[in-house]
Amino acid sequence: MKPLDRFGRATIDFFEYAGGIVMLAGDSTSFMVRLRIRFVETINQCYFLGVQSISIVILTSLFTGMVISLESAVQAVQFGVGSLVGGAVAFASVRELGPMLTAVVVAGRVGAAIAAEIGSMVVTEQIEALTSMGLEVPRFLVVPRLLALLVMLPLLTVFGDVVSIGGGMWIAQTYAHISSDTFLASARQAIGFEDVLKGLVKSLVFAAIIALVGAYQGLRTRGGAAGVGVSTTGAVVISIIMIFISNFILSFILFGAH
Amino acid sequence: MPDVIARLDDVSLYYGDRVILKNCSLDVVEGAITCIIGLSGAGKSTILRLLDGLRKPDVGHVYIRDIDICHISETHLNDVRRTISLSFQFAALLDSLTVGDNVALPLREHTHLSDSEIQKIVVDALDSVGLAHTYDSMPSELSGGMLKRAGFARAIVTRPELILYDEPTTGLDPIVTHLITDTIVRLRQKLNGTAVVISHDLQSIYMMADYVAMLFEGAIIAYGTVDEIKRSPNPIVQQFIQGSEVGPIPI
Repeated sequence: MKPLDRFGRATIDFFEYAGGIVMLAGDSTSFMVRLRIRFVETINQCYFLGVQSISIVILTSLFTGMVISLESAVQAVQFGVGSLVGGAVAFASVRELGPMLTAVVVAGRVGAAIAAEIGSMVVTEQIEALTSMGLEVPRFLVVPRLLALLVMLPLLTVFGDVVSIGGGMWIAQTYAHISSDTFLASARQAIGFEDVLKGLVKSLVFAAIIALVGAYQGLRTRGGAAGVGVSTTGAVVISIIMIFISNFILSFILFGAH
Repeated sequence: MPDVIARLDDVSLYYGDRVILKNCSLDVVEGAITCIIGLSGAGKSTILRLLDGLRKPDVGHVYIRDIDICHISETHLNDVRRTISLSFQFAALLDSLTVGDNVALPLREHTHLSDSEIQKIVVDALDSVGLAHTYDSMPSELSGGMLKRAGFARAIVTRPELILYDEPTTGLDPIVTHLITDTIVRLRQKLNGTAVVISHDLQSIYMMADYVAMLFEGAIIAYGTVDEIKRSPNPIVQQFIQGSEVGPIPI
């Protein structure tokens, strides 16, 4: 295939993929707006996608907060501005690392799970069975997962922010002898409610990306077990890339003007 | 002349360069069991998917009653699908639900019946395929034959006008094959409905079919009652039903 042909094919594939995601998002939104929602299944998904992700969010957030604190505390104490460590940890956690790292970790766990489950359903004809029963696949499978993530990811992000700041405070206290009062005062000065809110806006966008990419990857699965593997890997990789890109765009829009 | 419930009208379907169906026409007679036979990969399952609106032909029309399901909205198609049930080759039960919940699914989604009414209908449907005791079992706990029968229960629970069976006896031992064939005949009598069955098992076909259609190279080359097919002068049909290696069918 000539380079130009390959470029053309890749361009068409990209727009097909993007179009597929947008259509899936449109269908799912339409069902949510009309309240055609499977509530029990949505609650089950909240538990599976959200509650069961708490432990990995705690671990990643805790150590992230601790590392930021460790790195910044050493420098800050050297320059005599140890009182700013709390602000640095809170600023980084709430505005950037909290929403993004939580989303990346959840994308790894949940995006893969969604793609694998739906992909397996495709190859075992369960999706065709749903369609043949006159059921709308987006309403049946995508909406509960999308809604669950839209609810749970912001909650996980807030939880991650708190754990991250807590971990940072512990390290600052034990390693750089910065009191918790000083740490928290600095944190309060560095971030406001508006920053938390903007972080949550980010997590809503990330939630939509994880759920829609996972579901779309699952639905376009072809072949058998190997196809499910390809879809699952694709879901994680594409979600994470999209999270990074959208994080930049959102940071630019939400924080860039200042 | 018997009423026709479903019709393929001069349908052609291609996967890339590969011809699956070419100018294929078939009338499904109401109240009868029509069996479709043919070589593996001949496009038999594709015909079922066309009749259920899961595939659209590249050329031609598919009618359910008088509705051309190739040219209606997805919402309208879903309404039509509620009068049809497709029983899949490997049952395609949702593995996250119990057998009872699988069978109840179309009722929960499409009716306003109470839970107790749904449970009664589901138990009745499972009982009619001899699986009432599997209500709370997960699909992974059932054998192949039981899975197929659970799939039948899900297919009949809404009392559809047309049931499509995709290879219901493939891969089963002779006793379960006989049981499943008998179940299909009983269900047709119980529901007073119509069935289209894809099968390679000639003994089962002779037992249940009112009409047999043979698909070869994308077209229906023979159609008639079991006796007419058995007496067909077409050498392709004769080679197929005799299972002979010698004849016009390329091996």
